[in-house]
Amino acid sequence: MAAPAASASSTSSAMTQLPHALAAPPGAGQDRDPIDPRRAVPVARHRPRPRLRRNHTAPLARGLLGLYLSVFVLIPVAALLARSAGQGPAGIWTSVTSPEARSAIELTLAISLAVAVVNVVFGTLIAWVLVRDEFRGRRLVDALMDLPFALPTVVAGLTLLALYGPRGPLGIDVAFTRTAVLLALLFVTLPFVVRSVQPVLLELDRSMEEAAASLGASGLTIFRRIILASLMPAILSGAALSFARAIGEFGSVVLISGNLPNKTEVASVYVFGQIESDNIAGAASVSTVLLLLTLAIVGATSFLSARRGRHER
Amino acid sequence: MSAEPLSRLGRAEPLSRLGLRAIALGYLLLLLVLPVGMVFWRTFEHGLSPVWTAVTAPDAVHAFWLSLTLVAIAVPLNTIFGVGAAIAIVRQRFWGRRLLSSVIDVPFAISPVVIGLALVLAYGQTGWFGTTLDRIGLQVIFSVPGMVAATVFVSLPFVAREVIPVLRELGTESEEAAATLGASWAQTFWHVTLPAIRWGIVYGVVLTSARALGEFGAVSVVSGRLAGRTESLPLYVQDRFENFDPTGAYTAAVVLALLAILVLVGMNLLARSRRAVT
Repeated sequence: MAAPAASASSTSSAMTQLPHALAAPPGAGQDRDPIDPRRAVPVARHRPRPRLRRNHTAPLARGLLGLYLSVFVLIPVAALLARSAGQGPAGIWTSVTSPEARSAIELTLAISLAVAVVNVVFGTLIAWVLVRDEFRGRRLVDALMDLPFALPTVVAGLTLLALYGPRGPLGIDVAFTRTAVLLALLFVTLPFVVRSVQPVLLELDRSMEEAAASLGASGLTIFRRIILASLMPAILSGAALSFARAIGEFGSVVLISGNLPNKTEVASVYVFGQIESDNIAGAASVSTVLLLLTLAIVGATSFLSARRGRHER
Repeated sequence: MSAEPLSRLGRAEPLSRLGLRAIALGYLLLLLVLPVGMVFWRTFEHGLSPVWTAVTAPDAVHAFWLSLTLVAIAVPLNTIFGVGAAIAIVRQRFWGRRLLSSVIDVPFAISPVVIGLALVLAYGQTGWFGTTLDRIGLQVIFSVPGMVAATVFVSLPFVAREVIPVLRELGTESEEAAATLGASWAQTFWHVTLPAIRWGIVYGVVLTSARALGEFGAVSVVSGRLAGRTESLPLYVQDRFENFDPTGAYTAAVVLALLAILVLVGMNLLARSRRAVT
Protein backbone atom coordinates (compact mmCIF):
# COMPACT_ATOMS: atom_id res chain seq x y z
CA MET A 1 0.00 0.00 0.00
CA ALA A 2 2.96 2.32 0.43
CA ALA A 3 3.50 3.06 -3.22
CA PRO A 4 -0.05 4.10 -4.16
CA ALA A 5 -0.23 6.08 -0.95
CA ALA A 6 2.70 8.17 -1.98
CA SER A 7 1.46 8.50 -5.51
CA ALA A 8 -1.96 9.75 -4.58
CA SER A 9 -0.81 12.20 -1.98
CA SER A 10 1.76 13.76 -4.25
CA THR A 11 -0.38 14.08 -7.34
CA SER A 12 -3.36 15.25 -5.40
CA SER A 13 -1.63 17.98 -3.50
CA ALA A 14 -0.17 19.22 -6.72
CA MET A 15 -3.14 19.15 -8.95
CA THR A 16 -5.88 20.30 -6.72
CA GLN A 17 -5.84 23.99 -7.20
CA LEU A 18 -5.45 24.85 -3.58
CA PRO A 19 -2.98 22.24 -2.50
CA HIS A 20 -2.19 23.64 0.91
CA ALA A 21 -5.83 24.04 1.75
CA LEU A 22 -6.63 20.44 1.14
CA ALA A 23 -3.94 17.97 1.67
CA ALA A 24 -1.10 17.19 3.94
CA PRO A 25 2.25 18.34 2.58
CA PRO A 26 3.70 16.02 -0.03
CA GLY A 27 5.52 13.28 1.65
CA ALA A 28 3.07 13.08 4.50
CA GLY A 29 2.24 9.58 3.45
CA GLN A 30 5.83 8.62 2.90
CA ASP A 31 7.60 9.05 6.20
CA ARG A 32 5.44 7.10 8.49
CA ASP A 33 8.30 5.64 10.42
CA PRO A 34 7.79 6.81 14.01
CA ILE A 35 11.49 6.76 14.76
CA ASP A 36 12.34 8.79 11.72
CA PRO A 37 14.26 11.66 13.32
CA ARG A 38 12.66 14.19 11.02
CA ARG A 39 9.26 13.24 12.37
CA ALA A 40 10.09 12.59 15.98
CA VAL A 41 11.48 16.05 16.63
CA PRO A 42 9.49 19.00 15.32
CA VAL A 43 12.52 20.40 13.61
CA ALA A 44 13.39 24.02 13.59
CA ARG A 45 9.86 25.24 13.76
CA HIS A 46 9.72 26.36 17.37
CA ARG A 47 13.37 26.61 18.20
CA PRO A 48 14.99 29.94 17.40
CA ARG A 49 17.20 29.24 14.45
CA PRO A 50 20.82 30.26 14.39
CA ARG A 51 21.24 33.26 12.16
CA LEU A 52 22.26 32.47 8.66
CA ARG A 53 24.87 34.71 7.20
CA ARG A 54 23.10 37.97 6.69
CA ASN A 55 21.71 38.41 3.26
CA HIS A 56 21.63 42.07 2.40
CA THR A 57 19.67 41.57 -0.78
CA ALA A 58 16.67 40.06 1.02
CA PRO A 59 14.72 43.30 1.56
CA LEU A 60 15.32 44.29 -2.06
CA ALA A 61 14.17 40.89 -3.27
CA ARG A 62 11.06 41.13 -1.13
CA GLY A 63 10.39 44.53 -2.62
CA LEU A 64 10.56 43.05 -6.10
CA LEU A 65 8.19 40.24 -5.10
CA GLY A 66 5.77 42.81 -3.77
CA LEU A 67 6.07 44.89 -6.92
CA TYR A 68 5.42 41.87 -9.13
CA LEU A 69 2.40 40.86 -7.10
CA SER A 70 1.13 44.44 -7.15
CA VAL A 71 1.46 44.92 -10.90
CA PHE A 72 -0.18 41.65 -11.84
CA VAL A 73 -2.68 41.03 -9.04
CA LEU A 74 -3.19 43.73 -6.44
CA ILE A 75 -3.49 46.81 -8.65
CA PRO A 76 -5.97 45.22 -11.07
CA VAL A 77 -8.10 43.88 -8.21
CA ALA A 78 -7.97 47.27 -6.49
CA ALA A 79 -8.98 48.96 -9.75
CA LEU A 80 -11.98 46.62 -10.00
CA LEU A 81 -13.06 47.23 -6.42
CA ALA A 82 -12.60 50.97 -6.82
CA ARG A 83 -14.66 50.99 -10.01
CA SER A 84 -17.63 49.36 -8.32
CA ALA A 85 -17.20 51.27 -5.07
CA GLY A 86 -17.34 54.44 -7.16
CA GLN A 87 -20.97 53.72 -7.92
CA GLY A 88 -21.91 53.59 -4.26
CA PRO A 89 -23.85 50.77 -2.61
CA ALA A 90 -27.07 51.86 -4.30
CA GLY A 91 -25.47 51.74 -7.73
CA ILE A 92 -24.07 48.27 -7.11
CA TRP A 93 -27.42 47.08 -5.83
CA THR A 94 -29.20 48.41 -8.92
CA SER A 95 -26.73 46.68 -11.23
CA VAL A 96 -26.82 43.40 -9.37
CA THR A 97 -30.60 43.29 -9.12
CA SER A 98 -31.36 44.09 -12.74
CA PRO A 99 -33.54 41.19 -13.97
CA GLU A 100 -30.89 39.68 -16.23
CA ALA A 101 -28.07 39.99 -13.68
CA ARG A 102 -30.25 38.60 -10.94
CA SER A 103 -31.31 35.65 -13.00
CA ALA A 104 -27.67 34.95 -13.94
CA ILE A 105 -26.51 35.12 -10.33
CA GLU A 106 -29.37 32.95 -9.08
CA LEU A 107 -28.76 30.37 -11.77
CA THR A 108 -25.05 30.34 -10.98
CA LEU A 109 -25.62 29.81 -7.28
CA ALA A 110 -28.25 27.11 -7.80
CA ILE A 111 -26.22 25.13 -10.33
CA SER A 112 -23.00 25.52 -8.35
CA LEU A 113 -24.78 24.15 -5.30
CA ALA A 114 -26.04 21.20 -7.34
CA VAL A 115 -22.51 20.67 -8.65
CA ALA A 116 -21.14 20.61 -5.12
CA VAL A 117 -23.75 18.06 -4.03
CA VAL A 118 -23.16 15.75 -7.01
CA ASN A 119 -19.42 16.05 -6.41
CA VAL A 120 -19.83 15.07 -2.78
CA VAL A 121 -21.59 11.85 -3.79
CA PHE A 122 -19.60 10.86 -6.87
CA GLY A 123 -16.30 12.34 -5.74
CA THR A 124 -16.36 10.35 -2.51
CA LEU A 125 -17.46 7.24 -4.37
CA ILE A 126 -14.68 7.58 -6.96
CA ALA A 127 -12.09 8.22 -4.25
CA TRP A 128 -13.28 5.14 -2.41
CA VAL A 129 -13.08 3.01 -5.54
CA LEU A 130 -9.60 4.35 -6.35
CA VAL A 131 -8.27 3.63 -2.86
CA ARG A 132 -10.10 0.56 -1.62
CA ASP A 133 -10.91 -1.31 -4.80
CA GLU A 134 -8.52 -3.38 -6.86
CA PHE A 135 -8.97 -3.74 -10.59
CA ARG A 136 -6.97 -3.62 -13.75
CA GLY A 137 -6.38 -0.10 -14.97
CA ARG A 138 -6.90 1.49 -11.57
CA ARG A 139 -3.70 3.50 -11.88
CA LEU A 140 -4.75 4.71 -15.31
CA VAL A 141 -8.08 5.88 -13.91
CA ASP A 142 -6.20 7.56 -11.08
CA ALA A 143 -4.00 9.43 -13.56
CA LEU A 144 -7.05 10.33 -15.63
CA MET A 145 -8.60 12.12 -12.67
CA ASP A 146 -6.31 15.09 -13.25
CA LEU A 147 -7.40 15.52 -16.86
CA PRO A 148 -10.09 18.12 -16.10
CA PHE A 149 -7.43 20.34 -14.51
CA ALA A 150 -4.96 19.86 -17.35
CA LEU A 151 -7.44 20.23 -20.19
CA PRO A 152 -8.19 23.81 -21.30
CA THR A 153 -11.71 24.68 -20.21
CA VAL A 154 -12.92 25.62 -23.67
CA VAL A 155 -11.83 22.19 -24.89
CA ALA A 156 -13.78 20.62 -22.03
CA GLY A 157 -16.89 22.45 -23.22
CA LEU A 158 -16.31 21.38 -26.80
CA THR A 159 -15.85 17.72 -25.83
CA LEU A 160 -19.17 17.71 -24.00
CA LEU A 161 -20.82 19.39 -26.93
CA ALA A 162 -19.42 16.74 -29.26
CA LEU A 163 -21.05 13.98 -27.23
CA TYR A 164 -24.17 15.64 -25.85
CA GLY A 165 -24.75 18.19 -28.59
CA PRO A 166 -26.97 18.24 -31.68
CA ARG A 167 -24.89 15.72 -33.60
CA GLY A 168 -24.09 13.50 -30.63
CA PRO A 169 -24.02 9.76 -31.29
CA LEU A 170 -26.03 8.90 -28.17
CA GLY A 171 -29.05 10.82 -29.42
CA ILE A 172 -28.94 13.01 -26.32
CA ASP A 173 -28.96 16.69 -27.16
CA VAL A 174 -28.73 18.97 -24.15
CA ALA A 175 -26.96 21.87 -25.89
CA PHE A 176 -28.13 25.30 -24.76
CA THR A 177 -29.97 23.97 -21.71
CA ARG A 178 -29.28 24.23 -18.00
CA THR A 179 -28.39 20.53 -18.02
CA ALA A 180 -25.52 21.40 -20.34
CA VAL A 181 -24.26 24.03 -17.89
CA LEU A 182 -24.45 21.46 -15.10
CA LEU A 183 -22.49 18.92 -17.16
CA ALA A 184 -19.78 21.43 -18.02
CA LEU A 185 -19.36 22.46 -14.40
CA LEU A 186 -19.30 18.84 -13.25
CA PHE A 187 -16.57 18.15 -15.77
CA VAL A 188 -14.24 20.93 -14.65
CA THR A 189 -14.82 20.41 -10.90
CA LEU A 190 -14.57 16.61 -10.98
CA PRO A 191 -11.15 16.32 -9.28
CA PHE A 192 -11.76 18.55 -6.27
CA VAL A 193 -13.56 16.16 -3.93
CA VAL A 194 -11.74 13.08 -5.26
CA ARG A 195 -8.30 14.60 -4.72
CA SER A 196 -9.25 15.98 -1.35
CA VAL A 197 -10.72 12.70 -0.03
CA GLN A 198 -8.18 10.29 -1.53
CA PRO A 199 -5.18 11.04 0.74
CA VAL A 200 -7.34 10.98 3.87
CA LEU A 201 -8.84 7.65 2.89
CA LEU A 202 -5.36 6.25 2.30
CA GLU A 203 -4.23 7.27 5.76
CA LEU A 204 -7.37 6.00 7.45
CA ASP A 205 -6.65 3.37 10.06
CA ARG A 206 -8.34 0.15 8.98
CA SER A 207 -8.20 -1.30 12.49
CA MET A 208 -11.10 0.91 13.59
CA GLU A 209 -13.29 -0.54 10.89
CA GLU A 210 -12.18 -4.05 11.79
CA ALA A 211 -12.95 -3.41 15.44
CA ALA A 212 -16.41 -2.14 14.56
CA ALA A 213 -17.01 -5.15 12.36
CA SER A 214 -15.93 -7.53 15.08
CA LEU A 215 -18.41 -5.82 17.37
CA GLY A 216 -21.10 -6.67 14.87
CA ALA A 217 -21.55 -3.39 13.05
CA SER A 218 -22.99 -3.73 9.58
CA GLY A 219 -21.13 -2.53 6.53
CA LEU A 220 -23.40 0.45 6.23
CA THR A 221 -22.97 1.43 9.88
CA ILE A 222 -19.21 1.17 9.55
CA PHE A 223 -19.29 3.35 6.48
CA ARG A 224 -21.54 5.94 8.05
CA ARG A 225 -20.12 6.08 11.57
CA ILE A 226 -16.42 5.56 10.91
CA ILE A 227 -15.39 6.11 7.32
CA LEU A 228 -17.73 8.97 6.52
CA ALA A 229 -17.10 10.64 9.86
CA SER A 230 -13.35 10.71 9.21
CA LEU A 231 -13.72 11.85 5.63
CA MET A 232 -16.24 14.60 6.29
CA PRO A 233 -13.78 17.52 6.58
CA ALA A 234 -12.05 16.52 3.36
CA ILE A 235 -15.35 16.03 1.57
CA LEU A 236 -16.62 19.41 2.68
CA SER A 237 -13.46 21.27 1.75
CA GLY A 238 -13.47 19.61 -1.68
CA ALA A 239 -17.12 20.52 -2.09
CA ALA A 240 -16.50 24.13 -1.07
CA LEU A 241 -13.69 24.49 -3.57
CA SER A 242 -15.74 22.96 -6.36
CA PHE A 243 -18.59 25.32 -5.46
CA ALA A 244 -16.23 28.31 -5.67
CA ARG A 245 -14.78 27.11 -8.94
CA ALA A 246 -18.24 26.53 -10.41
CA ILE A 247 -19.31 30.07 -9.51
CA GLY A 248 -16.49 31.60 -11.50
CA GLU A 249 -16.25 29.13 -14.36
CA PHE A 250 -16.42 30.56 -17.86
CA GLY A 251 -14.54 28.68 -20.59
CA SER A 252 -16.31 25.34 -20.38
CA VAL A 253 -19.77 26.93 -20.19
CA VAL A 254 -19.49 29.48 -22.95
CA LEU A 255 -19.85 27.15 -25.94
CA ILE A 256 -22.31 24.62 -24.57
CA SER A 257 -24.74 26.90 -22.74
CA GLY A 258 -25.71 29.09 -25.68
CA ASN A 259 -25.66 31.99 -23.19
CA LEU A 260 -29.40 32.60 -23.39
CA PRO A 261 -30.28 35.47 -21.03
CA ASN A 262 -32.59 34.47 -18.18
CA LYS A 263 -32.26 30.83 -19.18
CA THR A 264 -28.72 29.47 -19.43
CA GLU A 265 -26.64 32.57 -18.85
CA VAL A 266 -24.40 32.18 -15.81
CA ALA A 267 -22.84 35.07 -13.93
CA SER A 268 -19.39 34.97 -15.55
CA VAL A 269 -20.95 34.90 -19.02
CA TYR A 270 -23.18 37.79 -18.01
CA VAL A 271 -20.14 39.79 -16.93
CA PHE A 272 -18.46 39.01 -20.22
CA GLY A 273 -21.52 40.17 -22.14
CA GLN A 274 -21.66 43.43 -20.18
CA ILE A 275 -17.99 44.11 -20.91
CA GLU A 276 -18.63 43.50 -24.61
CA SER A 277 -21.59 45.88 -24.63
CA ASP A 278 -19.59 48.49 -22.70
CA ASN A 279 -21.64 48.40 -19.53
CA ILE A 280 -18.52 48.43 -17.38
CA ALA A 281 -20.37 49.60 -14.27
CA GLY A 282 -22.72 46.61 -14.39
CA ALA A 283 -19.89 44.23 -15.14
CA ALA A 284 -17.81 45.59 -12.28
CA SER A 285 -20.68 45.29 -9.79
CA VAL A 286 -21.46 41.67 -10.58
CA SER A 287 -17.72 40.92 -10.70
CA THR A 288 -17.28 42.36 -7.24
CA VAL A 289 -20.07 40.19 -5.89
CA LEU A 290 -18.50 37.11 -7.48
CA LEU A 291 -15.05 38.10 -6.26
CA LEU A 292 -16.09 38.59 -2.65
CA LEU A 293 -18.15 35.41 -2.67
CA THR A 294 -15.43 33.14 -4.05
CA LEU A 295 -12.70 34.77 -1.94
CA ALA A 296 -14.80 34.21 1.17
CA ILE A 297 -15.42 30.55 0.33
CA VAL A 298 -11.82 29.77 -0.53
CA GLY A 299 -10.49 31.80 2.40
CA ALA A 300 -12.80 30.07 4.87
CA THR A 301 -11.91 26.66 3.47
CA SER A 302 -8.18 27.20 3.78
CA PHE A 303 -8.56 28.77 7.22
CA LEU A 304 -10.60 25.80 8.45
CA SER A 305 -8.20 23.21 7.05
CA ALA A 306 -5.22 25.07 8.49
CA ARG A 307 -6.87 25.09 11.89
CA ARG A 308 -7.75 21.44 11.60
CA GLY A 309 -4.17 20.64 10.62
CA ARG A 310 -2.86 22.42 13.73
CA HIS A 311 -5.42 20.71 15.88
CA GLU A 312 -4.39 17.28 14.70
CA ARG A 313 -0.75 18.02 15.24
CA MET B 1 -23.66 -12.25 15.23
CA SER B 2 -21.90 -12.99 12.03
CA ALA B 3 -19.51 -15.84 11.61
CA GLU B 4 -16.90 -13.90 9.66
CA PRO B 5 -17.06 -10.30 10.69
CA LEU B 6 -13.99 -9.31 8.71
CA SER B 7 -15.45 -10.57 5.51
CA ARG B 8 -18.00 -7.78 5.57
CA LEU B 9 -15.35 -5.14 5.25
CA GLY B 10 -13.21 -5.86 2.36
CA ARG B 11 -12.87 -9.12 0.66
CA ALA B 12 -16.41 -10.38 0.45
CA GLU B 13 -19.39 -8.41 -0.77
CA PRO B 14 -18.30 -8.79 -4.36
CA LEU B 15 -21.65 -7.57 -5.64
CA SER B 16 -21.80 -4.27 -3.83
CA ARG B 17 -18.13 -3.70 -4.54
CA LEU B 18 -18.64 -4.41 -8.22
CA GLY B 19 -21.67 -2.17 -8.15
CA LEU B 20 -19.77 0.76 -6.69
CA ARG B 21 -16.95 0.25 -9.15
CA ALA B 22 -19.40 0.16 -12.03
CA ILE B 23 -21.10 3.37 -10.89
CA ALA B 24 -17.81 5.21 -10.41
CA LEU B 25 -16.32 4.09 -13.70
CA GLY B 26 -19.60 4.65 -15.51
CA TYR B 27 -19.72 8.22 -14.25
CA LEU B 28 -16.15 8.84 -15.41
CA LEU B 29 -16.89 7.21 -18.75
CA LEU B 30 -19.92 9.39 -19.45
CA LEU B 31 -18.47 12.63 -18.11
CA LEU B 32 -14.84 12.37 -19.08
CA VAL B 33 -13.71 9.55 -21.32
CA LEU B 34 -16.45 9.42 -23.94
CA PRO B 35 -16.61 13.20 -24.50
CA VAL B 36 -12.85 13.48 -24.91
CA GLY B 37 -12.82 10.43 -27.16
CA MET B 38 -15.65 11.94 -29.17
CA VAL B 39 -13.60 15.05 -29.97
CA PHE B 40 -10.83 12.87 -31.35
CA TRP B 41 -13.35 10.90 -33.39
CA ARG B 42 -15.02 14.03 -34.76
CA THR B 43 -11.65 15.45 -35.72
CA PHE B 44 -10.51 12.48 -37.70
CA GLU B 45 -13.84 11.18 -39.03
CA HIS B 46 -13.27 12.65 -42.50
CA GLY B 47 -9.69 11.50 -42.74
CA LEU B 48 -6.44 13.32 -42.36
CA SER B 49 -6.49 15.86 -45.17
CA PRO B 50 -9.07 18.26 -43.64
CA VAL B 51 -7.17 18.01 -40.37
CA TRP B 52 -3.97 18.95 -42.16
CA THR B 53 -5.68 21.89 -43.82
CA ALA B 54 -7.03 23.01 -40.45
CA VAL B 55 -3.69 22.65 -38.69
CA THR B 56 -1.84 24.63 -41.34
CA ALA B 57 -4.38 27.45 -41.63
CA PRO B 58 -2.46 30.71 -41.06
CA ASP B 59 -4.65 31.85 -38.17
CA ALA B 60 -4.30 28.46 -36.50
CA VAL B 61 -0.53 28.54 -36.83
CA HIS B 62 -0.46 32.07 -35.49
CA ALA B 63 -2.69 31.13 -32.55
CA PHE B 64 -0.48 28.16 -31.77
CA TRP B 65 2.70 30.26 -31.69
CA LEU B 66 1.03 33.02 -29.74
CA SER B 67 -0.05 30.49 -27.11
CA LEU B 68 3.48 29.14 -26.89
CA THR B 69 4.80 32.70 -26.60
CA LEU B 70 2.44 33.42 -23.71
CA VAL B 71 3.64 30.26 -21.99
CA ALA B 72 7.28 31.12 -22.70
CA ILE B 73 6.91 34.53 -21.04
CA ALA B 74 4.53 33.76 -18.18
CA VAL B 75 6.10 30.51 -17.00
CA PRO B 76 9.67 31.77 -16.37
CA LEU B 77 8.34 34.92 -14.71
CA ASN B 78 6.07 32.96 -12.40
CA THR B 79 8.79 30.41 -11.71
CA ILE B 80 11.26 33.04 -10.51
CA PHE B 81 8.52 34.77 -8.56
CA GLY B 82 7.24 31.49 -7.12
CA VAL B 83 10.64 30.32 -5.87
CA GLY B 84 11.41 33.75 -4.43
CA ALA B 85 8.04 34.01 -2.74
CA ALA B 86 8.30 30.49 -1.33
CA ILE B 87 11.71 31.22 0.18
CA ALA B 88 10.48 34.51 1.61
CA ILE B 89 7.40 32.89 3.12
CA VAL B 90 9.12 29.84 4.58
CA ARG B 91 12.59 31.09 5.46
CA GLN B 92 12.24 34.74 6.33
CA ARG B 93 10.46 36.73 8.96
CA PHE B 94 9.16 40.09 7.88
CA TRP B 95 6.18 42.32 8.14
CA GLY B 96 3.48 41.21 5.69
CA ARG B 97 4.63 37.62 5.37
CA ARG B 98 1.17 36.22 6.09
CA LEU B 99 -0.37 38.74 3.75
CA LEU B 100 1.99 37.64 0.98
CA SER B 101 1.11 34.04 1.66
CA SER B 102 -2.63 34.62 1.31
CA VAL B 103 -2.43 37.08 -1.58
CA ILE B 104 -0.56 34.48 -3.64
CA ASP B 105 -3.68 32.31 -3.59
CA VAL B 106 -6.02 35.04 -4.76
CA PRO B 107 -5.75 34.08 -8.46
CA PHE B 108 -7.11 30.62 -7.63
CA ALA B 109 -10.22 32.11 -6.16
CA ILE B 110 -11.21 34.59 -8.85
CA SER B 111 -13.25 33.96 -11.96
CA PRO B 112 -11.15 34.36 -15.12
CA VAL B 113 -13.61 36.88 -16.54
CA VAL B 114 -13.32 38.97 -13.40
CA ILE B 115 -9.53 38.84 -13.72
CA GLY B 116 -9.84 40.08 -17.29
CA LEU B 117 -12.10 42.95 -16.26
CA ALA B 118 -9.76 43.89 -13.41
CA LEU B 119 -6.85 44.13 -15.87
CA VAL B 120 -8.93 46.25 -18.25
CA LEU B 121 -9.84 48.62 -15.41
CA ALA B 122 -6.20 48.97 -14.40
CA TYR B 123 -4.39 49.05 -17.72
CA GLY B 124 -7.08 49.71 -20.35
CA GLN B 125 -7.50 53.03 -22.17
CA THR B 126 -9.95 54.36 -19.60
CA GLY B 127 -8.30 52.50 -16.73
CA TRP B 128 -6.10 53.79 -13.93
CA PHE B 129 -2.90 53.71 -15.96
CA GLY B 130 -4.50 54.17 -19.37
CA THR B 131 -3.18 57.68 -20.07
CA THR B 132 0.27 56.91 -18.68
CA LEU B 133 0.61 53.80 -20.82
CA ASP B 134 -0.76 55.69 -23.80
CA ARG B 135 1.88 58.38 -23.38
CA ILE B 136 4.74 55.88 -23.43
CA GLY B 137 3.09 54.17 -26.38
CA LEU B 138 2.44 50.82 -24.76
CA GLN B 139 -0.91 49.32 -25.57
CA VAL B 140 -1.69 46.63 -23.02
CA ILE B 141 -5.36 45.82 -23.46
CA PHE B 142 -6.46 44.38 -26.83
CA SER B 143 -2.85 43.51 -27.39
CA VAL B 144 -0.29 40.86 -26.50
CA PRO B 145 1.05 42.51 -23.29
CA GLY B 146 -2.43 42.31 -21.79
CA MET B 147 -2.65 38.64 -22.71
CA VAL B 148 0.69 38.09 -21.01
CA ALA B 149 -0.57 39.88 -17.90
CA ALA B 150 -3.75 37.77 -17.85
CA THR B 151 -1.73 34.57 -18.26
CA VAL B 152 0.68 35.58 -15.50
CA PHE B 153 -2.24 36.40 -13.19
CA VAL B 154 -4.08 33.10 -13.59
CA SER B 155 -1.00 30.88 -13.35
CA LEU B 156 0.81 32.81 -10.62
CA PRO B 157 0.37 30.57 -7.55
CA PHE B 158 1.42 27.14 -8.80
CA VAL B 159 5.21 27.21 -8.39
CA ALA B 160 5.05 28.89 -4.99
CA ARG B 161 2.42 26.44 -3.79
CA GLU B 162 4.50 23.46 -4.90
CA VAL B 163 7.79 24.75 -3.48
CA ILE B 164 6.50 25.94 -0.09
CA PRO B 165 5.75 22.47 1.36
CA VAL B 166 9.02 21.08 0.00
CA LEU B 167 10.99 23.88 1.67
CA ARG B 168 9.13 23.30 4.94
CA GLU B 169 9.82 19.59 4.81
CA LEU B 170 13.46 20.21 3.99
CA GLY B 171 14.13 22.12 7.20
CA THR B 172 17.08 24.43 7.65
CA GLU B 173 19.83 22.09 8.90
CA SER B 174 21.65 21.65 5.62
CA GLU B 175 21.46 25.35 4.84
CA GLU B 176 22.75 26.18 8.30
CA ALA B 177 25.54 23.67 7.89
CA ALA B 178 26.54 25.28 4.61
CA ALA B 179 26.48 28.71 6.22
CA THR B 180 28.57 27.45 9.13
CA LEU B 181 31.11 26.18 6.66
CA GLY B 182 31.40 29.66 5.26
CA ALA B 183 29.19 29.43 2.19
CA SER B 184 27.71 32.68 1.02
CA TRP B 185 23.96 33.07 0.70
CA ALA B 186 24.15 32.55 -3.05
CA GLN B 187 26.37 29.49 -2.72
CA THR B 188 23.98 27.99 -0.19
CA PHE B 189 21.07 28.64 -2.51
CA TRP B 190 22.68 27.18 -5.63
CA HIS B 191 24.34 24.18 -4.05
CA VAL B 192 22.04 23.25 -1.18
CA THR B 193 18.55 24.70 -1.46
CA LEU B 194 17.96 24.59 -5.20
CA PRO B 195 18.91 20.92 -5.72
CA ALA B 196 16.63 19.97 -2.84
CA ILE B 197 13.59 21.80 -4.17
CA ARG B 198 14.11 21.13 -7.86
CA TRP B 199 11.34 18.53 -8.20
CA GLY B 200 8.89 20.85 -6.54
CA ILE B 201 9.89 23.56 -9.00
CA VAL B 202 9.61 21.27 -12.01
CA TYR B 203 6.20 20.11 -10.86
CA GLY B 204 5.07 23.68 -10.38
CA VAL B 205 6.38 24.59 -13.82
CA VAL B 206 4.35 21.79 -15.40
CA LEU B 207 1.18 22.95 -13.68
CA THR B 208 1.88 26.58 -14.56
CA SER B 209 2.40 25.67 -18.21
CA ALA B 210 -0.82 23.69 -18.38
CA ARG B 211 -2.79 26.54 -16.89
CA ALA B 212 -1.07 29.19 -19.00
CA LEU B 213 -1.65 27.24 -22.20
CA GLY B 214 -5.34 26.67 -21.55
CA GLU B 215 -6.37 30.01 -20.11
CA PHE B 216 -9.48 31.25 -21.82
CA GLY B 217 -11.70 33.65 -19.88
CA ALA B 218 -9.18 36.26 -18.74
CA VAL B 219 -7.32 36.24 -22.04
CA SER B 220 -10.62 36.45 -23.89
CA VAL B 221 -11.57 39.68 -22.11
CA VAL B 222 -8.25 41.48 -22.51
CA SER B 223 -7.32 40.30 -26.01
CA GLY B 224 -10.13 41.71 -28.13
CA ARG B 225 -9.89 38.40 -30.04
CA LEU B 226 -8.52 39.68 -33.30
CA ALA B 227 -7.96 36.66 -35.52
CA GLY B 228 -4.35 36.31 -36.56
CA ARG B 229 -3.27 38.97 -34.07
CA THR B 230 -4.47 38.51 -30.51
CA GLU B 231 -6.00 35.07 -30.70
CA SER B 232 -4.42 32.33 -28.63
CA LEU B 233 -5.21 28.68 -29.36
CA PRO B 234 -8.11 28.35 -26.88
CA LEU B 235 -9.64 31.54 -28.30
CA TYR B 236 -9.16 30.14 -31.77
CA VAL B 237 -11.20 27.08 -30.79
CA GLN B 238 -14.13 29.31 -29.89
CA ASP B 239 -13.65 31.46 -32.98
CA ARG B 240 -13.77 28.46 -35.33
CA PHE B 241 -16.73 26.94 -33.51
CA GLU B 242 -18.76 30.13 -33.69
CA ASN B 243 -17.88 30.61 -37.35
CA PHE B 244 -19.31 27.21 -38.26
CA ASP B 245 -15.97 25.55 -38.86
CA PRO B 246 -16.25 22.49 -36.61
CA THR B 247 -13.22 20.79 -38.14
CA GLY B 248 -11.08 23.83 -37.33
CA ALA B 249 -12.45 23.94 -33.79
CA TYR B 250 -12.05 20.21 -33.20
CA THR B 251 -8.55 20.14 -34.64
CA ALA B 252 -7.35 22.99 -32.45
CA ALA B 253 -9.06 21.33 -29.49
CA VAL B 254 -7.28 18.06 -30.23
CA VAL B 255 -3.92 19.86 -30.34
CA LEU B 256 -4.67 21.37 -26.94
CA ALA B 257 -5.95 18.05 -25.60
CA LEU B 258 -2.77 16.29 -26.74
CA LEU B 259 -0.69 18.91 -24.96
CA ALA B 260 -2.81 18.41 -21.84
CA ILE B 261 -2.30 14.65 -22.02
CA LEU B 262 1.43 15.29 -22.39
CA VAL B 263 1.28 17.35 -19.21
CA LEU B 264 -0.58 14.55 -17.48
CA VAL B 265 1.98 11.94 -18.49
CA GLY B 266 4.79 14.28 -17.45
CA MET B 267 3.18 14.81 -14.07
CA ASN B 268 2.87 11.12 -13.43
CA LEU B 269 6.46 10.48 -14.43
CA LEU B 270 7.57 13.34 -12.19
CA ALA B 271 5.52 12.10 -9.26
CA ARG B 272 7.25 8.76 -9.67
CA SER B 273 10.77 10.14 -9.92
CA ARG B 274 10.17 12.51 -7.03
CA ARG B 275 9.12 9.53 -4.97
CA ALA B 276 12.27 7.72 -5.97
CA VAL B 277 14.38 10.69 -4.85
CA THR B 278 12.80 11.29 -1.46
